[in-house]
Amino acid sequence: MIDTTSLQRLQRVARPRSPSALSNALVFGWRAVLKFKHVPEQLFDLVMTPIMFTLLFTFVFGGALAGSPGEYLQFFLPGILVQTVVFNAVYSGMGLSTDLGKGLFDRFRSLPIWSLSPFAGLMVGDILRHLIAASIILIIGLILGYRPEAGSLGVLAAFAMLIAIGFGMGWVFIVLGLLIRTPTTVMTLGFTFLFPLVFASNIMVDPGTMPDWLRAFVEVNPVSLMTTALRGLMGGGATLSQVVFALIAPVALTAILAPTTLWLYLRR
Amino acid sequence: MNDTSPMGVPATGLAQSAISARGLVKTFGKLRAVDGIDLDVPRGIIFAILGPNGAGKTTLMRMLATLSRPDAGSATVMGHDLVQAPHEVRAAIAMTGQFASLDEDLTGRENLVLLARLWGFRGRAAKARADDLLAAFGLSEAATKQVRDYSGGMRRRLDIAASLIVTPGVLFLDEPTTGLDPNARKDVWGMIRGLAEAGVTILLTTQYLEEADQLAARIAVIDHGRKIAEGTSRELKAATGSGFLHVALADVARLDQAASILERRLEHPVQRSAEGAELSVLAGTAKAANEALADLVAAGIELSDFSMGQPSLEEVFFALTGQPSLGESRKDDKP
Repeated sequence: MIDTTSLQRLQRVARPRSPSALSNALVFGWRAVLKFKHVPEQLFDLVMTPIMFTLLFTFVFGGALAGSPGEYLQFFLPGILVQTVVFNAVYSGMGLSTDLGKGLFDRFRSLPIWSLSPFAGLMVGDILRHLIAASIILIIGLILGYRPEAGSLGVLAAFAMLIAIGFGMGWVFIVLGLLIRTPTTVMTLGFTFLFPLVFASNIMVDPGTMPDWLRAFVEVNPVSLMTTALRGLMGGGATLSQVVFALIAPVALTAILAPTTLWLYLRR
Repeated sequence: MNDTSPMGVPATGLAQSAISARGLVKTFGKLRAVDGIDLDVPRGIIFAILGPNGAGKTTLMRMLATLSRPDAGSATVMGHDLVQAPHEVRAAIAMTGQFASLDEDLTGRENLVLLARLWGFRGRAAKARADDLLAAFGLSEAATKQVRDYSGGMRRRLDIAASLIVTPGVLFLDEPTTGLDPNARKDVWGMIRGLAEAGVTILLTTQYLEEADQLAARIAVIDHGRKIAEGTSRELKAATGSGFLHVALADVARLDQAASILERRLEHPVQRSAEGAELSVLAGTAKAANEALADLVAAGIELSDFSMGQPSLEEVFFALTGQPSLGESRKDDKP
């Protein structure tokens, strides 16, 4: 099965020149793309929940909440896109936790490469996941009768915003993935933290009918700020301050958690 | 045998060492997982670190592979300082961890192409390198299968192939055959010998005495984070003493009684074989052994077999640590 001659021949190949940090990062991005090829079912996990939410809320609650399912969908769809991206970030944390448990990252860490490149690759995978999942939800929305008043430019801007949101939230779960050994714990903890954020927001309902204390929370909830901005971008009439408020959380998370990630990773 | 300098290499010749470590320490809370280890591994040999679970083998190897920073001490790997120049160390080594460090979702070939690209092979060169490695390790037919469908032995082969994308100065193998069936184990042994013949320096950890005995030119025995002995397998056996009495009983039920008789007469601890049917004890002289056998006969204990001879490595380990067996795990080994 293995012979010394072929091994000696293998050794004669010259060492290539050290690749750049960018090249390292792109290789990890390629890994993320390969994962889509080999594990297409991961998309099923990503889009089934938001699809169920869209259908249930639109047809079961829509009439009661907004007068008609059609009107509710117009209100709800930008919010469900935010929810999709925020929940999806949990899965990349789980993926990281799985990788770390298997010793794969030990091999990456023992290679002479840019230390952060595996995370750059994770982010590439995340962004692809966000774009694919958001597109599927948008298409279903369009079929059901959703119409983005701001047109395709508005949709493009909204997708750019979704990537920023996903990027920022991604760090939370990368840090959790680094800290927690069991992938399912990452998921449980992630959803424990995300459910109140997502439900006590303006994604599903107008907070007008909520008690004061809850409304006060909903109005400063970063998920509400993101949803408001996304509604503005897709429906027209987004203001600069809405966009800036929506970006506060992703920017702050990146600024705090990217260095934390590096520190945790190198310390392990 | 506690001499830490490698065979024939004077202190001034350390530049020739693949690995040279002094006083390495790693603590996890109160546990001193590695407690001041010196190590000199000459180039071009297979060097085994032998010890039970929890002895600190993996922690030591992870420090030498730059995966874990030492709390005290220093080391050079292929002439590069572990702490000052970790990037250079990484460029000079490859490590195959205890758990397959592969991406199970990808195919065997994709795993190797990924790593080849990370090492700097481009496009077609990366693919060619992957295919050459797959061929050399007998994995060409499984190249396009996902690693999750590989057998344990195939994973191990791919894992080791993945460490040879660029020929390393030192190849670290952490328990390369743990969890493999006997056939796959022989397979991996053959592969390790082949690599050594091709000139690769190999540092491996193992809890199997037989593995160290079979493969390694030199063995360091580690227990509780300290090196308790070092030498060739022959040296370790010779130092323990050659006058070992091995006794097998016809009636296994009287094993305890026989053990206490032998211990009283010979004043050395008695060790039981893993299967439990045999006793081994250091007798020193043939006369002492004879007297001990006479005691057993006088007590009416029938022997099915007995012999005098060299100790096995298991007995060496027992003599060094006072611990009966390597197989029992102590659950304090941090990954």
